Amino acid sequence: MKQSALLIAAVVAISTSAATFPTDEQAIAHVLSRAGFGARPGDIERVRRMGIQRYLDEQLHPERINDGGMRARLDGLATIGLSSQQIADQYELPQLEARRQKKQDARNDTAPGDPSTGLGTGPKQPPDAMQLRANSVMVELSEQKLLRAVYSERQLQEVLTDFWFNHFNVDARKGADRFLLTEYERDTIRPRVLGKFRDLLGATAKSPAMLFYLDNWMSADPNGPHLPDNAGRPRMVRGPFGGRVMMPPPPRAAQANQGKNAPRGLNENYGRELMELHTLGVDGGYTQKDVTEVARALTGWTIDRPRQGGGFVFNPRIHDPGQKVVLGHVIKAGGGESDGEQVLDILARHPSTATFIATKLSRRFVSDVPPPALVERAAARFRDTDGDLREVTRTILTSPEFLSSVSYRAKVKTPFEFVVSALRATGAEVQDARPLVREVQQLGMPLYMCQPPTGYKDTGDAWINTGALVSRMNLALRLAAGQLRGTSVGSLQSSDAEAMIERYIGSQASDATRATITKATDAPKMLALTLGAPEFQRR
Amino acid sequence: MYSRRVFLKNGAFAFVSLGFAPSFMARTAVAATGRSKRLIAIFQRGAVDGLSVVVPYGESDYYRARPSIAIPRPNSGDGAAIDLDGFFGLNPRLEPLKPLWDSRQLAIVHACGSPDSTRSHFDAQDYMESATPGVKSTADGWLNRYLQAQHDEHSTPFRAVALTSQLPRMLQGTAPALAVSQLAQFGIRAGQASEAVGASFEAEYAAAADAVLNGTGRDAFSAIKMLKTADPSKYEPANGADYPRSAFGQSLRQIAQLTKSNVGLEVAFADVGGWDTHVNQGSGQGQLAGRLDDFGRSIAALVRDLGDRMADTVVLTMSEFGRAVNENGNRGTDHGHGNAMMVIGGGVRGGHVYGRWPGLSVEQRYDRRDLAVTTDFRDVFGEILAKHLELRDVRQVFPGYAASPSKFPGLFA
Repeated sequence: MKQSALLIAAVVAISTSAATFPTDEQAIAHVLSRAGFGARPGDIERVRRMGIQRYLDEQLHPERINDGGMRARLDGLATIGLSSQQIADQYELPQLEARRQKKQDARNDTAPGDPSTGLGTGPKQPPDAMQLRANSVMVELSEQKLLRAVYSERQLQEVLTDFWFNHFNVDARKGADRFLLTEYERDTIRPRVLGKFRDLLGATAKSPAMLFYLDNWMSADPNGPHLPDNAGRPRMVRGPFGGRVMMPPPPRAAQANQGKNAPRGLNENYGRELMELHTLGVDGGYTQKDVTEVARALTGWTIDRPRQGGGFVFNPRIHDPGQKVVLGHVIKAGGGESDGEQVLDILARHPSTATFIATKLSRRFVSDVPPPALVERAAARFRDTDGDLREVTRTILTSPEFLSSVSYRAKVKTPFEFVVSALRATGAEVQDARPLVREVQQLGMPLYMCQPPTGYKDTGDAWINTGALVSRMNLALRLAAGQLRGTSVGSLQSSDAEAMIERYIGSQASDATRATITKATDAPKMLALTLGAPEFQRR
Repeated sequence: MYSRRVFLKNGAFAFVSLGFAPSFMARTAVAATGRSKRLIAIFQRGAVDGLSVVVPYGESDYYRARPSIAIPRPNSGDGAAIDLDGFFGLNPRLEPLKPLWDSRQLAIVHACGSPDSTRSHFDAQDYMESATPGVKSTADGWLNRYLQAQHDEHSTPFRAVALTSQLPRMLQGTAPALAVSQLAQFGIRAGQASEAVGASFEAEYAAAADAVLNGTGRDAFSAIKMLKTADPSKYEPANGADYPRSAFGQSLRQIAQLTKSNVGLEVAFADVGGWDTHVNQGSGQGQLAGRLDDFGRSIAALVRDLGDRMADTVVLTMSEFGRAVNENGNRGTDHGHGNAMMVIGGGVRGGHVYGRWPGLSVEQRYDRRDLAVTTDFRDVFGEILAKHLELRDVRQVFPGYAASPSKFPGLFA
């Protein structure tokens, strides 16, 4: 206890403006709710014994943390270890084949109405076994995310995986992406969240998930193709999912700069979002001309056999071989695949990128409007270490601004954080995570299904609205009453309202919250009024 | 903020106290809880085939392009189009909407759509909902930007409601909007204890020092009470309106309920799927006809149910893009470009097909395959916001677009 109090005092002493925490319980609860998804029973005592500094050191090196318990938890999820190619072979293609067969056999039946979707599919049929099997890929991925967040000892790695996936967001509902995200999260994002930013950026740039999501796979030099290889008319081919797509281009004269609306040829979507959302930020100092130049440099970065789960491939036929100028840097003609690498080098090392990433990470860990001094120190760390994300993350998590009571409960929990923190706080036992995945969806945050490439917002205003709040209260009621199939909450300290408030909310519970919880007639209601209380909506 | 809360309470109270008053009085008394005009936006997800909805039967190219799935010319027997103006005809399964055309409440905008060329459902829906074609990172939807631009200090938690489980992109943004798929389910659900537990939660949020949670909590409990007063479980449609039992029909029924409950509804949203007819689309009968049957009967029931409230209401239908002019090898249609939108309301100059008709010959088509777009969908949205919802300056709702009355189709006088 003394040790952590001393540590905080020492760190806080750096800045005279930072207020300290009244108790070390509060300080530890704060750290656990930011570097992780909240305290589980026993966590506060554990961190108290080891000290906050050591806890954070350990979390910054997830490979040193024994997480053997996760294996059993994830055991039943058959697809989460498979490659995109395996998933395509075993889950996606059989379903497509069955659907094609079914359509061929289809009569002119009236389809039953399903107003909720209509994306890329024909009129809805009741899901058949094949369809369910294909859907299980996304369901299992979501279960996996939820289970890891609840049970993994590598809490910071899970928080960062959530953060970086959202930063490099890909929506599962866009065609082939529904079977590409398992590999994307597992092999592209998670292993790199504490590595070099340039490495993470490059991995996402070459991931089939991103290439498909932001259309770079079909972006081509409008003046190509550049090898006389059965080039001719544009071909309409079946896209990876539903619909037809125009395959890379016929030779066409003088159509180079029609921008995003060109019916075929250059596609600027990825080039734009790469700068706006992944690196520089919208005010990062690039122009429309830079967008076009970046898109030109990245032509030919495409997917080998997208329908079969193939990987990245560089296709020189559709690559624009000319010179490009990106943010004042000349990329010489004839660079081929290396054009794109040069672009990523330029962007990853641009000072705007350091500031943009430092701002977003500070917002995630500290507050919706992070202190500028902290952002500047984190950005400086980014620049000084060539974008070492472990060091940037460490700078934020050990800053006086972070370890300050000003930051305590400054963040509104997202629906995912709300559900996970409730499960952790109550020591819940999850036998089947599927109902919980649906609950998170009902709360307005369907996992892996954020439509715009911006990802989900990381500020409170996005998550607090009337419908969502009522849903949170109802979820608290069902969870506490044991009505969520597959999930049971741990033992309830039934009569001890004070203990429950202390454990889940802490010393800052309002008088009204204390009074209503104390007055509750039974333990489940007491727990529901605790988890649904305004105090529990923040972390 | 403070005055709004007080007003909201008074508004709800006024409604309760007028529970047995004549309807015209009740309506006048609570008209102040929210604005008087309403927009009901309907999204047909999956790209409906506009050429089968509003059939250009006067074009021989239409029949050449679609040997097995064209809707026959009017008066040519079963499944024939219903003549509208001597050139266009209505799909026979939309017959329930024909009286609205005849009474000049139904207008159609044909060859309408996006300047963006995408044929991806995903991207095109995104663009239609953000109303920024080609720009994916727009944070909010156009209806939400409308709510932001048209500040309403008397707004209630029901000012903008989507009858969907999640808020659609179109309504996402900083202005409050509510997604609720079943009105009767909206509230604190704890069986017998619901009321007591609800009161406990309400007390917690009323005392929250946190301004956002405090304010939203108050809104939430006001909404619950307003709905409870309106009692959606006992709703009886008026004027003999007969909603289909489909999910879409039930969504529209609930929109009518909210409208008539005077809870301050200004913008409502519903969506309906099943339009992606790549295979065996059918003609006067078949797959598409079945979907249109539900669609037409649901909207007709809504209009009938709303009765004279239609004077203040516009119903707008949209779909992300149209379908290719030529039928494909599976007697279906592939993804296309231009499409037809419907605009229904008492104030609409109906009985007319708006927009320049580009023609269907190969040379007249977009990319030589699809119906060309001659009206940007933002001009339809813009005119409704400007002329119906009386937004002074629509440009803020359509960033990057020079919205101007000179481009409006002329749907309103």
